[in-house]
Amino acid sequence: MLTDVEWAAILISLRVAGTAVGWILIPGVAIAWLMARRSFPGKALVDGLLHLPLVLPPVVVGYLLLIALGRQGAIGQWLDQTLGIQLPFTWQGAAIAAGIMAFPLLVRSVRLSLESVDRGLEAAARTLGAGRWRVFMTITLPLILPGLLTGTMLAFARALSEFGATITFAANIPGETRTLPLALYTLIQTPGAEEAAARLCVLAVLIAMAALIGSEWLARRARRRLRGRDD
Amino acid sequence: MTDNGHPLTVDVRHRLGQFELNASLTLPATGVTALFGPSGSGKTSLLRLIAGLDRPDHGSIRIGPDVLVDDRCWIPPHRRHLGVVFQEARLFPHYRVRGNLTYGMPRHMEQRLQPLSELLGLTGLLDRLPATLSGGEARRVAIGRALLSDPRLLLLDEPLTGLDGNRRTDLLVYLRRVASELSIPILHISHDPDELATVADHLVLLEDGRVRAQGPLDDLLMRFDLTSALGGFNALSVLRGRVHGHDEAYGLSRVTLADGQALTVPRVSAAVGADIRLKVPVRDVALARRRHMELSYRNQLTAIIEDIAALPGQEAVVEVRLRIGDQPLRARLTRKSSDELALARGQTVVALIRTVAFP
Repeated sequence: MLTDVEWAAILISLRVAGTAVGWILIPGVAIAWLMARRSFPGKALVDGLLHLPLVLPPVVVGYLLLIALGRQGAIGQWLDQTLGIQLPFTWQGAAIAAGIMAFPLLVRSVRLSLESVDRGLEAAARTLGAGRWRVFMTITLPLILPGLLTGTMLAFARALSEFGATITFAANIPGETRTLPLALYTLIQTPGAEEAAARLCVLAVLIAMAALIGSEWLARRARRRLRGRDD
Repeated sequence: MTDNGHPLTVDVRHRLGQFELNASLTLPATGVTALFGPSGSGKTSLLRLIAGLDRPDHGSIRIGPDVLVDDRCWIPPHRRHLGVVFQEARLFPHYRVRGNLTYGMPRHMEQRLQPLSELLGLTGLLDRLPATLSGGEARRVAIGRALLSDPRLLLLDEPLTGLDGNRRTDLLVYLRRVASELSIPILHISHDPDELATVADHLVLLEDGRVRAQGPLDDLLMRFDLTSALGGFNALSVLRGRVHGHDEAYGLSRVTLADGQALTVPRVSAAVGADIRLKVPVRDVALARRRHMELSYRNQLTAIIEDIAALPGQEAVVEVRLRIGDQPLRARLTRKSSDELALARGQTVVALIRTVAFP
């Protein structure tokens, strides 16, 4: 039903977006927690930096990644020489680009949920003998679950649709970094591939819709449970 | 109950904006102590310091020899082994009642779950989620949850706020029962004189962040200088007695006091032989020189006048402190009546009691 090219684009997209979200999940929650619960010098600056990927042209982010993580880049050189890791022009590089673009969406969503958690419940848990970590795992995390799911979905969708930073940092390599948007872009550039482009376009819509509906269903279940219904 | 038998001593200074808490108090190791004061007197701030939810600027809090906090040392709330019941029930919405009850329960308390659920009337609710509970049910779960964490002291922050009369009374009865059955000392925050007369054995009176008075309930209820703080017009005394019998036809119960005198009160639910408290509003006690036969006041108790004093700022009224056997009782009369009856200290009089309330 699907062509090899389409399968490859879908699989690469899912792998890149899934890896990106997997990488940013824990740091995202940790930073959202810091932003929601702690005050520290330079917090406004950190807040601005966190939002930068939302407002910068993605190409700029890709370019900055090249400078930092490219073979000649400060971090990239070190990675290459000591660990033998090369990120540009690899799908892991694409995942990093997608993860950075998706990061602010995840943090924002989790932070909003954290700010709406009743701190009194956490205080009650502490008086019942739970240390900070247990309180976070058993009270805070379950209470922010709807927001965390929504944030994860938003981040996943953003990572799936990432184009500019990816093509700048990881290029458009078939079978390696050619995600669905890049494949679509390539087909649009190719004369006579209108039908193939249209098919990919429909696929993109279907995948995005599935992710949306699935996460909304999960989030609603979690919310309903918090409101005290069993179904 | 690792430290059963040790008193809690608090000596703290703590600034919160314009408000300064500067309190020294000692809680006895048993029974219910009411921390009483108007709103804004610092009751909840003091509770948060004891629970470890805030750290005092200066001073110390200890249980017996065990330091919870002083200027060098700080035990975080989860290692203090104190149970707290907050004004709102604060149940965890994603845990069922059972999960809430067992959240802080150590292994050796497992066999307590069943009897305590029964005591608090929760057995039928164990599989419910908190959002489906009524206000009174949620409070009872919160009380049970705190008790099952095996606390060495139970802190209650107005746990009856927002409950209607019947439920309040029920919960107060539960509280007294729980306190005596588990022999966990309780610090009960309240601003309701009626509530404290029902539950407290000991009283700490807080005003503007300072302890104005502390001591056994009866002693403080008898102090004329605390009248306005302890209910003013609604000030009351507490008499302790034993249920002697019920008169079903008239819906009355007979209660005997320690010195053998008896009172007739509206039918109480307590069984014959049970010890109960009777709350006697100060303004509902009248005095006479001798017994009267043709009078609707059913309760006439022989009493000795211990003291007579005018209330500050109230020219027309005097307060009389009486002793019935070894129990104190207060009466409020007009100064004119007092003069006409020529009341004096040491005199034996008859106390006519119009109304009596009980928990």
